[in-house]
Amino acid sequence: MRVTAVHQDSPLRGAPPAIRLDHASFGYGGRPFTEGVNLSVAQGEVVALLGPNGSGKSTTVRGLLGLTDHIAGSVEVLGTPLQDLADRSRLGYVPQRHTLSSSVRSTVREVIATGQLASRPWWRRATAADRATVTEAADTVGLADRLDSDVATLSGGQQRRVLIARALASRPDVLIMDEPTAGVDAANQVVLATVLRRLAALGVTMLVVTHELAALRGIVDRIVEMDAGHVSFDGTPRQYAEHRAAVSRAADAGHHHHYDVHHHDDEHDEPSGVLLSGAGPMDGPVEDGES
Amino acid sequence: MPEILSYDFMRNALLAALLVGAVAPLVGIFLVQRRLSLIGDGLGHVALAGVAVGVLLDNQPIITALIAAVFAGVAIELIRVRGRTSGDIALAVMFYGGIAAGVVIINRVDGSQSSNLTSYLFGAITTTSTGDLIVFGVLSAVIIGVTLALRHRLFLAAGDEEYARASGLPVMALNITLSVLTAVTVVVSMRVVGLLLISALMIVPNAASQQVARSFRSATLWAVLFGMLSAVGGVVTSFYADTAAGGTIVLLAIAIFLLVAAVAALVTVATAHRHRVSERHPHEHGPGCGHEAVPHGDHVDYVHGSHLHAPHGGHYDEHADHATYPGATDPSDQEHVTR
Repeated sequence: MRVTAVHQDSPLRGAPPAIRLDHASFGYGGRPFTEGVNLSVAQGEVVALLGPNGSGKSTTVRGLLGLTDHIAGSVEVLGTPLQDLADRSRLGYVPQRHTLSSSVRSTVREVIATGQLASRPWWRRATAADRATVTEAADTVGLADRLDSDVATLSGGQQRRVLIARALASRPDVLIMDEPTAGVDAANQVVLATVLRRLAALGVTMLVVTHELAALRGIVDRIVEMDAGHVSFDGTPRQYAEHRAAVSRAADAGHHHHYDVHHHDDEHDEPSGVLLSGAGPMDGPVEDGES
Repeated sequence: MPEILSYDFMRNALLAALLVGAVAPLVGIFLVQRRLSLIGDGLGHVALAGVAVGVLLDNQPIITALIAAVFAGVAIELIRVRGRTSGDIALAVMFYGGIAAGVVIINRVDGSQSSNLTSYLFGAITTTSTGDLIVFGVLSAVIIGVTLALRHRLFLAAGDEEYARASGLPVMALNITLSVLTAVTVVVSMRVVGLLLISALMIVPNAASQQVARSFRSATLWAVLFGMLSAVGGVVTSFYADTAAGGTIVLLAIAIFLLVAAVAALVTVATAHRHRVSERHPHEHGPGCGHEAVPHGDHVDYVHGSHLHAPHGGHYDEHADHATYPGATDPSDQEHVTR
């Protein structure tokens, strides 16, 4: 895909960050829901954005997509200020959705092709190259053999991958995913993780909002945690594991309040070692067959 | 020449029915997708107020109806965007205010025995003049042109509004366009099926097409086919059976829907016993999954040990080995053989 070509051809050093938030706040109706958020995602980097419900992570991500109001601070996408970003399809969006709308029949191919609509004027039809990109996107998510299936007949995990392929169809520079693995059964999580790993290997920049860090093990380069509208942790998975372990120890020792990061979710209480070990139940046989 | 074609007014009626039969389901599929099936009904109510103003001013009721319906169409979208509960009530006030004002004004002008009123409420296709037909033809051409040009965008905006907005499409403008298309369709259809029955012709052919289609594209084509079949069939039936054309068209559309649904259900039952779901299957086949892929008619099977797995919805079907049955040429025959 072109996304990879761009990253391989252009030297990463000196390239503008894919996403840069400087004291940015987003909200609804003029009211900020986040404090000044500082966050930078380098090109080719895979960043997981964690945080409890109401921490502002969705508000921030939706702000990048123009779905919530940008209230203060500066936001740049690939060096261009957000408000001047003419071609929004440079940001590929994978919404959090358990299923696709099933009120009318539509095929996998038809849904993926809608990802390209915004990048061409209304009077221009899809070219042969556009159609090839749709097939390629379906292939990347492992659905090339389902292109003409009715999306309503696919499983939840497969529908999630259709949404990823739709985002890829516009050849975005950055993929923004909202809870890609939530509500998906274990077998499909393995496949989803494989797809994300494949994208990461291709050099696709990703910002993934998630609750399920375990499913993304080995894919994520950096972890950013938000709490109460601001960034409360920013570091590598290893640092995050140590950070969590320290928080747990502090909690066990009864010094919970020495740390400004608390236990928010059960998901965060997993043993720190899980994040670091290479082999676990999630590294299934599919991955072996893949390589 | 059959008797029905020997009358000028019936030739006009058949042409008008053909136009409406094609246009109404074409726009209606997006309303079904947005789960706004009844919005055409509301616009029809408001259009009646427009008709009444036309009657009052002794003007062309089509033009005033068009203005009223388009105005209501834009208003619906503006009210919906605000997303308040009161919006729902505002729509009700607009719709029922429209039909009430229409009835009051028309009766005041024409007297209480007005045939004008029933002709707009339930259709009066045989009164279609050549002049009406030209107006309907132009409006239908506009509807078809705009809908075909924007169909992918309308499909996305109706199916996933949030994503459409995130990718930078003018969702609000697309929704207003759909609303205006619906309003124009209502006005084109009002002489044929009547303002109270328009929604049926926009929605019911789509209900039938959803039973047979597998893609949005084929669903649209089937719906237009069913729509034209009902409209033309209804006019012909009403001519020979001496029934009201508008009601006959809608009853025929419903009959087609019931027939198609029954056949679809029978096909499902008839093929169910030949449909074997494979063992519980946590692994998902795909390109490079390690299992040999075998093209099989319209899909791909995967060699799984000694048998074949065919993707079907969220699971896998057991498909017989091709090599075992060299005599079978039709892939659909091979599918059903069990070993």
